[in-house]
Amino acid sequence: MGRNRLSRVCLVLLVALSCACSVARGFTAQAGEERMVTEGAPGHAGGRLVIALRSEPKTLNPALALDEPSRDVIRCLTADLIHINRGSLKTEPALAKSWSVSRDGRQYTLQLRHGVRFSDGEPFSADDVTFSFQVYLDDKVDSSQRDLLLVGGKPITVVKVNDFAVRFELAQPYAAAERLFDSIAILPRHLLESGYRAGGFAQAWSLSMPPGQFAGLGPFRLKEYVAGQRVVLERNPYYWKADRAGNQLPYLNEVVFLFVPSEDAQVIRFQSGDTDVLSRFSADNFAVLQKQQSRKGYHLDDLGAGLEYNFLFFNMNDLAAKGLPEIANKQAWFQDLRFRQAVSAAIDREGIVRLVYSGRATPIWDQVTPGNKLWLDEKIARPARSLERARQLLQAAGFSWKSDGALLDARGDHVEFSILTSSSNAQRTKIATIVQDDLSQLGMTVQVVPLEFRAMVDRLTNTYNYEAALMGLVSGDADPTSEMNVWLSSGETHLWHPRQEKPATPWEAEIDRLMQEQLVTLDYAKRKSLYDRVQEIVAEDLPVICLVSPNILVGAANRVGNFRPAILVPYALWNIEQLYVQ
Amino acid sequence: MLTQRQKLVWAVVALSAFCGVVLFAGFFAPYDFAAQDRDMPFAPPTAIHFVDGGGRLQVRPFVYGPRDSSPIPVGAGADSDQPYPLRWFVRGAPYKIAAVFTSRVHLFGVEKPARMFLMGSDGYGRDQFSRFLFGGQISLLAGLIAAIFSVSVGILAGGIAGYYGGWIDEILMRGGELFLALPWLYLLFAVRAALPLHISQWQVFLLLVSVMGLIGWTRPARLIRGVVLSAKERNFVLAARGMGASDAYLLRRHVLPQTYAVLLTQFTLLVPQYVLAEVTLTFLGLGVGEPMPSWGALLTSLQQYSVLSSYWWMFLPALLIIPFFVVFYAAADALQELHKTVPL
Repeated sequence: MGRNRLSRVCLVLLVALSCACSVARGFTAQAGEERMVTEGAPGHAGGRLVIALRSEPKTLNPALALDEPSRDVIRCLTADLIHINRGSLKTEPALAKSWSVSRDGRQYTLQLRHGVRFSDGEPFSADDVTFSFQVYLDDKVDSSQRDLLLVGGKPITVVKVNDFAVRFELAQPYAAAERLFDSIAILPRHLLESGYRAGGFAQAWSLSMPPGQFAGLGPFRLKEYVAGQRVVLERNPYYWKADRAGNQLPYLNEVVFLFVPSEDAQVIRFQSGDTDVLSRFSADNFAVLQKQQSRKGYHLDDLGAGLEYNFLFFNMNDLAAKGLPEIANKQAWFQDLRFRQAVSAAIDREGIVRLVYSGRATPIWDQVTPGNKLWLDEKIARPARSLERARQLLQAAGFSWKSDGALLDARGDHVEFSILTSSSNAQRTKIATIVQDDLSQLGMTVQVVPLEFRAMVDRLTNTYNYEAALMGLVSGDADPTSEMNVWLSSGETHLWHPRQEKPATPWEAEIDRLMQEQLVTLDYAKRKSLYDRVQEIVAEDLPVICLVSPNILVGAANRVGNFRPAILVPYALWNIEQLYVQ
Repeated sequence: MLTQRQKLVWAVVALSAFCGVVLFAGFFAPYDFAAQDRDMPFAPPTAIHFVDGGGRLQVRPFVYGPRDSSPIPVGAGADSDQPYPLRWFVRGAPYKIAAVFTSRVHLFGVEKPARMFLMGSDGYGRDQFSRFLFGGQISLLAGLIAAIFSVSVGILAGGIAGYYGGWIDEILMRGGELFLALPWLYLLFAVRAALPLHISQWQVFLLLVSVMGLIGWTRPARLIRGVVLSAKERNFVLAARGMGASDAYLLRRHVLPQTYAVLLTQFTLLVPQYVLAEVTLTFLGLGVGEPMPSWGALLTSLQQYSVLSSYWWMFLPALLIIPFFVVFYAAADALQELHKTVPL
């Protein structure tokens, strides 16, 4: 008890101290502090930025945050060791100022920045790094980052070399090892360790805690949380980045996240000038905003294709033990490559781009979007829509047509199936309606079933009670390693047939081999040719029928300086420490 | 000032005209309700011209065709200088009348590539006017069937409860209150979630109708019970009973005929109520799915801010169903006045 009280007193003192500090703006760099210099144009200090979130963040605990709003806020509060620059899509030093790799590619030694302090003024050292990784790798914490930190099935080990150097050891060479560290927030040992040891980590850093109990290495720190309304962040006076002119970052005094529950409401708030930055909105709303662009003080950017790919896929699971005879019957069609090819040939991708995205999207034929220039295979065939070819393929596969145009399979059954989509995603429901119309021209009867997202995922990954589904996936990173879970036949997100014990088809076996090989290959050109082959298999064997990749659309008030949106999440706020208001 | 009888006649004439157009939707609609013109999403209502570019009055009204330089921007109409005259009784997409007769003759139309979107087109380039007429079939049918269902159950339950009284009355009326207290929207959500995914459009339709009808029988049942309760005490009924008439005979011959006016009024009130319920439920995503149109489905796109703020013609279906309700309620009002029945 006594000890507890003491730590509370310490905390109060610390809070008082940090308040006192924040009065004096712009700390002068202390002796030995190694600040990172950013390339953006120097801006003005002060001001606030208002941004809308779709919902309240569920938590501020980086190890437990799963929802996008939580992650958006946490990104502003924390920092990682090595960071992927959203502008260049390449890695850059962050809390680690440099690193070296052993010859066998299995040991990474990171040199940490000296003199860095948490937002409560406590110094940062290698102990914080080892503590953080201990937490993320802990089974009991069950963090979402844990999967990323398993290399070759084994957790990476973290060894403290000295106070400002740590060594990471990997079970096998790992091509994208540097990219692993991105978005792994370093936690303050001095605040969280006692709670973690006592087994209370899951309760740590909920939104309702007093702001003083939170400290991170990000450009901002927590100031206020008003339930149902907003989260307010204030400038972290100890932040470790500076601009070219030597001014300490961030420029902004405050960042306010408002909770605005729907996209349309967010668009209206942005249009009226209530919020300063807008991302994740539809092409339809882009067009609405564009009409008033010149009159109101904002501008919009269409960044071109992002990393999201939308696709149609069929249920290819082994349904023998599932008691779904009707679906199992239809799998005879789904498993026939010519059937899938006919579906792919019949879908009007250009029409989808036009009707659903008002032209602000790109048709795709495999999973790598044109936005991912480093990994796109240019040689993939991109055949135009052809109902004639689709009919030939179906005929060759033994299908025939009744006099009224209805498609019959070899057994004489009418081809009829349903497509699941998420009811909360208007675009995907619209795509499904277009696909429905396209396939009706081949004589197929297709029903579109919009379902609540979680109910849909449950059907896709647990009960397998579906026939076809329309989904979209957004790669977290441009690198193919972020897609391992999708393409490995044992993967959880291998949507059409997840968690296979051994690959069900020869081409899935080949994808497995290629993906595993690119994972341990360190040479980019070799990896590229391996991943090109994966794309070719996807385009030929069509486990998923890729349709479109929507463009990344963002908007910002004209007064926001250094606004450089990118195609990686978070699209607009990745350089929030450099944003300023004029 | 119209008398109640004249008012009723006018309302019935207007209603018949309305229902006739909806019943023969295929004939009055120039296009199939599912036909997509992907070059013309959100096209505004097509302007019909009478005077050509040279200022000459034309015998046949005409529309202008699309410009060659496609794609036309979303939300813009087709406006080249090429006129396409409006033609009557043209052959076009096949359709069915009353689900039996097939025909290809449409009242009016223009030659391709010109398009005649009287009420503009939706996000898929489908003709809103055709969809409105075909959608009326679903919405009106839903209203009618559900109202017939409600009123039938109402006669049965109300008649029995009122005539026999006692514990039968008690059970039926308390049971009815139970139905009134049901959170029926959630009931519908639950029933829909429990059903298999690939139920056909007709099954969805029947589900919708039966849930609406099932919820709504209590009110007519109560009114009929009241009428039956007073009717069975009338002297001529008591006299007939004294002469040895059976219960079934009494109900059929003397009691139920007295409920006729209440029934008719209730029915005319329930139909528009259920049509509106269908509109609401479909708006919430519980109705028939794409590509089937219904009045509710036509309004769902208005949930989006971009549609709401950019394409005014998407409001037209909402405006056009207002006269339908006005006429229906006018008929109900006139009926009630004529029969001087219980207040609405």
